[in-house]
Amino acid sequence: MSERTIELEILRYDPEQDDAPHLQTYTVPYHEDWVVLDAINYVKDELDRTLSYRWSCHMAVCGSCGMVINGEPTLSCHAFLRDYPDRIRIEPLQNFPIERDLVVVMDDFIDKLGSVKPYIVAKEEKAVDDGEYLQTPAELARFKSFTACINCLLCYSACPQYALNEAFVGPAALALAHRYNLDSRDAGRSVREDVVASNPGIWECSFVGACSEVCPKSVDPAAAIQQVKIASTGDYFLDFLMPWKQK
Amino acid sequence: MSRRPFKQEPSKTGWWLKHPRYIRYMMREISAAFIGCYVLLLIVGLLRLSQGESAYNEFVAAAGGPAGFIFALITMLFAVYHTYTWFQVTPKAMPLVLAGKPVPGAAIVAAHWFGFFVASAALWLLGS
Repeated sequence: MSERTIELEILRYDPEQDDAPHLQTYTVPYHEDWVVLDAINYVKDELDRTLSYRWSCHMAVCGSCGMVINGEPTLSCHAFLRDYPDRIRIEPLQNFPIERDLVVVMDDFIDKLGSVKPYIVAKEEKAVDDGEYLQTPAELARFKSFTACINCLLCYSACPQYALNEAFVGPAALALAHRYNLDSRDAGRSVREDVVASNPGIWECSFVGACSEVCPKSVDPAAAIQQVKIASTGDYFLDFLMPWKQK
Repeated sequence: MSRRPFKQEPSKTGWWLKHPRYIRYMMREISAAFIGCYVLLLIVGLLRLSQGESAYNEFVAAAGGPAGFIFALITMLFAVYHTYTWFQVTPKAMPLVLAGKPVPGAAIVAAHWFGFFVASAALWLLGS
């Protein structure tokens, strides 16, 4: 029985041997219910154990398996072979250094994520015995869509602004900053402002909108950044008109 | 084992040709250049108007020629595209909540187009 096959062109880079990445082609069986990650796993298990890549959950939750598939930043567990031609090019996420094969160095993102303090900065710390920080469904609805980020970095790979200017804080980190700024339990907006409302923060974004188009969790970072721009402009004029007023 | 990460360098000039979404973005941005030139043309028109009737008529004749018409047409297409893209993103930048419920994005966009047509009709009536 002749089985249908497809070809994967995978970008390979071995830091111990290669000066630059190169494409290597593998022929793998086609299965209607396989995603690109299944095909890559087949390569690793059956054809070439030296291939390096990240993955974990296989269900678009962990955010590990982001790659550029036929030019589009995509979660490889979220990309069915049946939606692609018989030759698929797989490259590591753009705009990050390649550690090896499809594995990128994400230190820059991790540092930027930390810099926006993506956690609740409470006005006053409560003792555990004093109970929970309560929140109404309406208060939750204000920021809920921005909580879905899985730090998969597809948005950074798609963002031409980040590509051209490494200092840009970037879509996911800014969206998460906005998520906490909108949280009724949080009082950290002014603490985050130094990073978020700076030039490398929101003002470096020129609203290409690619981040929101590639986001697998519909977080819409572009919307978050524009909303922060408006809020930050309001802050600026308020400071100007009422300098005595503390935020 | 030594680490030697390979730095991926984006093309500084050709990056926007790599994906249709980047081309759409550049078209939106470059529309400002055409609209800016058109505004300059209007300022020149005002200047010529201040210089008297014959100067203004010369300006109108020159601007109404084939080159002027093509420039005006291109500018109008860019202006329409810019308006369309601008209105499309308004629900992202200004999400509205009315009576505890989020207003659908399509309604916010439609409200902008309504305002656009009302303002255009008002200007038309003022001018006629």
